[in-house]
Amino acid sequence: MSSNVAAPDSIGELSRVMADAASQRHAIGVRGFGSKAGWAAAGDPVDVTVDTQRLDRIVEHAAGDLVVTAQAGVPLAVLQEQLAPARQWLGLDPPEAGATVGGVVATAASGPRRLLFGTPRELLIGITVVLADGTIAHSGGKVVKNVAGYDLGKLFTGSFGTLGVIAQCTFRLHPLQPVRRVVTAATDDPASVAERVFATGAVPSALEWDGAALTAVFESIESAADTQSAEAAAAIGGEVGDALPAGFGERPAGPVLLKLTHRLGALREVLALVASHATVSAHVGSGVVWVGAEDLGDLAALREAVAAHGGSVVVVGAPAEAKREVDVWGPVRGLPVMRRIKEQFDPDRRMSPGRFVGGI
Amino acid sequence: MLDELVADCVRHFAPSQVITDHAQLRTYECDGLASYRCTPGLVILASSTADVAFVVRRCAELGVPFIARGSGTGLSGGALPRTDGVLIVMSRMDRIVSVNVDDERAVVEPGVINAHLTRASAPLGYYYAPDPSSQQVCSLGGNVAENSGGAHCLKYGFTAHHVTGLEVVLPDGTVERLGGAAPDPVGYDVIGAVVGSEGTLCVVTEATVRLMRRPQAVQTVLAGFRTIDDAGAAVSAIIAAGVLPAAIELMDALAIEAAEAAVHPGYPAGAGAVMVAELDGPDCEVVAQLADLERLCTDAGAFEIRVAADDVERALIWKGRKSAFAAVGRISPDYIVQDGVIPRTALSDVLRAIDDLAAEAGVRVANVFHAGDGNLHPLVLFDESAGETERAEEVSSRIIELCLAHGGSITGEHGVGHDKKVHMGKMFNEIDLDVMQLVRCAFDPDNICNPGKIFPTPRLCGERPGRTRGVHPLAEAGIADVF
Repeated sequence: MSSNVAAPDSIGELSRVMADAASQRHAIGVRGFGSKAGWAAAGDPVDVTVDTQRLDRIVEHAAGDLVVTAQAGVPLAVLQEQLAPARQWLGLDPPEAGATVGGVVATAASGPRRLLFGTPRELLIGITVVLADGTIAHSGGKVVKNVAGYDLGKLFTGSFGTLGVIAQCTFRLHPLQPVRRVVTAATDDPASVAERVFATGAVPSALEWDGAALTAVFESIESAADTQSAEAAAAIGGEVGDALPAGFGERPAGPVLLKLTHRLGALREVLALVASHATVSAHVGSGVVWVGAEDLGDLAALREAVAAHGGSVVVVGAPAEAKREVDVWGPVRGLPVMRRIKEQFDPDRRMSPGRFVGGI
Repeated sequence: MLDELVADCVRHFAPSQVITDHAQLRTYECDGLASYRCTPGLVILASSTADVAFVVRRCAELGVPFIARGSGTGLSGGALPRTDGVLIVMSRMDRIVSVNVDDERAVVEPGVINAHLTRASAPLGYYYAPDPSSQQVCSLGGNVAENSGGAHCLKYGFTAHHVTGLEVVLPDGTVERLGGAAPDPVGYDVIGAVVGSEGTLCVVTEATVRLMRRPQAVQTVLAGFRTIDDAGAAVSAIIAAGVLPAAIELMDALAIEAAEAAVHPGYPAGAGAVMVAELDGPDCEVVAQLADLERLCTDAGAFEIRVAADDVERALIWKGRKSAFAAVGRISPDYIVQDGVIPRTALSDVLRAIDDLAAEAGVRVANVFHAGDGNLHPLVLFDESAGETERAEEVSSRIIELCLAHGGSITGEHGVGHDKKVHMGKMFNEIDLDVMQLVRCAFDPDNICNPGKIFPTPRLCGERPGRTRGVHPLAEAGIADVF
């Protein structure tokens, strides 16, 4: 899949690159840092890969309004560093090192703190995109509350480069809390332990299970973080500390990485389905389980079993050969509508062809 | 065409579900924005998804426009009917299908009243977070259409953040399920596109929504300030201190006067502005934040601060705020509710400019707003019988332009509907609007699903946005990075 790489350094230049590719009917791939380049289906070969990393400007941080606008290629970690002096952060913590803002949005990547802050769709308030023919379009804005027009931001979130290129994003921010307390308790039944944490009335920012222990994170003003963590520790028989455990929030080791979703009440049943797998982690309370395995196993059977709990199984990571042999996305509700959306935004099917659901 | 649809519906439905009598049709001629009226050609009172699918499929076959309507409380004319179309009324589909607290989800039909869901969940220790002021009467289907907010969306987000599944009837009459009880449905975020699309993409016939645990503690604070500037400064100080209240609302002197006349909330006498703030969360956090909030208000010049001692006092504080729109009817024969948004930091400047606009035009403007997220609801007061309508509309329109000049939005929660489509071109360029309409073309290529709303100029599906225009003018000018 060797292809030419274009790395535009402005949105205008990105538009020209896309218009140029259109004139030659070139298929276009999109990448940021590439930390999730292996996610989604392998797709068809592309002629040009648009690399967004030179779109690296933080356009505006309106601290008093808790809003930031950044170009797609800004690394999330750099953005967080720039926001920290104002005691603010963007409430996203996917673990992939080096990830860019655009890549996080394009893949709808999230981490443990989604429990309290949500996923990219909840925090994205405005977007600038460039379509396959070079058209630049905006939706949303730079105020948190805004219902004018269709929300293209949500449509592009998690679209894996198949509708166009995300060029710039505006996010709502949250105050960075002064104190963190961490309670960890060994358990093989994270659902029950989490319920005991909630029963104290505490509001953890994350409840992360790494297959052996549940880590409850409390981020607040000092007195509240202290009280909540002490009460939670008493309720679950855990230890209170300040530091997150090593590897906190990281995806389980592969080579195969599966993302399972489920009805919140079915965590125990879903964990039982994957108990024999090498490594498992869970965003407890969010309805997401990650599974690391040597091979895909009986994917169809797992999908059927997980569907009974309202969820899905996506093959996020797998050796290229294995990916080509399976439908990485599995059954999709609303696929006919999705095909029509694709048809409207990219009628020539030149954007990241074949990487998305149903061969989109 | 419409005649044929009427005949079909009369044959297909029980007589109690079909309204064709002109006098009865007229009762549906407007939604909550009564300044636009249009008698629908036909009204169907749907009682099931199959009912909706039947009507929509026949509309598609006959090319008849259809418009879905919930409780009719919308404030942008989003459910304004058409004489050549059918109005599908969803109010009879009012069943709470399930409340499952283990999954933190409820499944509801679209006609369920917002507050009824919280009432049904309360005994289990849960609630439904989005709380538009009209929550005692507005429907959840309408909330989905409008992506409704409410005072507490500052902390908990809008309807879009609380919907995880939908059943919809597409404009060709097919029924699709999207998402469900689990998070992160696979594929494009179609739910995200549908929520807030103002009924222009499909008709929602069922929704799966998030329920939230009741917070351990809630504290409601009422603070009286001499001036709106002092109150605004208090809001900024609270946000700057890193406190995220569930809600922060402000009302100015005129809005207070109206509320006192209507519902007697007993706000501090002589206040030029009041703030209603609510903190919720774990006891320990709320106690500490309450102390901070009181101190910050005092520092900003609050002359009286009350903390609600119980639910009765809390309800009274909120009553004054939530009834504010209707209350101005006590001090003015007519009024226009505006719904602009500004960056919170521009609050003082914008309020001063609104004052100037009002003084210049010789009308009064009462201000009620969700200060935490900069969502203003200026109420332009006027007397139609005194010929002030045009002046009031002009002021209302200029307030929107003021919001845009400060980088804001033409609507924070009421929607564009029919009323604000003239302003869309001021917020978005032509290409932006064309690209948005690609979404519409994906759902509704024949433009029969609530047509004539949101967009100032409908486009023919099949045209490519921007293609005939070459490079985007912003890009050409080298200022494409300007958001």
